[in-house]
Amino acid sequence: MVERQSPLELELRSGSHGDFEHGVEVILSETRPGSILQLAAWPGQEKALIAGIRTVTGLALPDGAGAGSTDGVRSVFGFAPGKFTVVDEGEGLASAFANVVTPAIGTVTDLSHGRTAIRIAGPKAEWVLAKFFAIDFALPAFPVGAGRSTMHHDVFAQIQRTGADQFDIYVFRSFARSFWKALCHASEEVGYEVQ
Amino acid sequence: MLITCPYCGPRDVIEFTYQGDGNRERPQPASQDLDAWNTYVYDRLNPAGDHNEIWQHSGGCRAHLRVVRNTLTHEISSVAFTRGDHKVDARHKAEGKI
Ligand SMILES: [Zn+2]
Repeated sequence: MVERQSPLELELRSGSHGDFEHGVEVILSETRPGSILQLAAWPGQEKALIAGIRTVTGLALPDGAGAGSTDGVRSVFGFAPGKFTVVDEGEGLASAFANVVTPAIGTVTDLSHGRTAIRIAGPKAEWVLAKFFAIDFALPAFPVGAGRSTMHHDVFAQIQRTGADQFDIYVFRSFARSFWKALCHASEEVGYEVQ
Repeated sequence: MLITCPYCGPRDVIEFTYQGDGNRERPQPASQDLDAWNTYVYDRLNPAGDHNEIWQHSGGCRAHLRVVRNTLTHEISSVAFTRGDHKVDARHKAEGKI
């Protein structure tokens, strides 16, 4: 496989930054998953698609808009009616779905090279994200595994909560560097570490 | 102004794009009925009160929505998907029931 270059390379500086003398309260990293897919079901085929996601990833999707789940290696969440983002640390997830999501069920779009995945974790992750996005980040409103589609200054973002204090953000690759820089600036006040 | 997307829940209006008057009926593309086209392009109810509108949640789930907005108060009294029978009571989402 061709080695993938990160759009963040020029700006990703490992170490502690900002006001970290009182402690590091968020950790920023690029998770670099091998596969990022978008699956869409034709109307009426949603249940068949959800079953297919379970067959391939082993992940069961809870009921409801924006619901999702993660096992640390693979993640899935709904981001629109009948549409799901599926992520795998490894490459080749699109071919695994090719025989499961038949043309009668829906579509598989491989966005692995089109999205950049940024993780923000730590006790102030909610606080920093709340400055960016006008959505409710409180745990009861945004449970672990769930996903949200929203935007920051016209940069479209899909956000999945992958832990009580941890969020994975998927942004367009072409906007990823400027989004990353903005996220670093927003994290300065709480002290952040780049891993 | 908040619009409660049936999928995403309450979101700021900045995430939405106005797609026009929801009362219009578009003639068939091949239609030669000039009156029908004139009505479609120009005639507007312009009410002072509830108005049927089409909005897209372009900065979210990207679904097209049928919205009733009060032109005097901006109160949104109803939101539904334009397509299919996905009609979900918007309040359920706000209360975390779906
Ligand atoms: Zn929406």
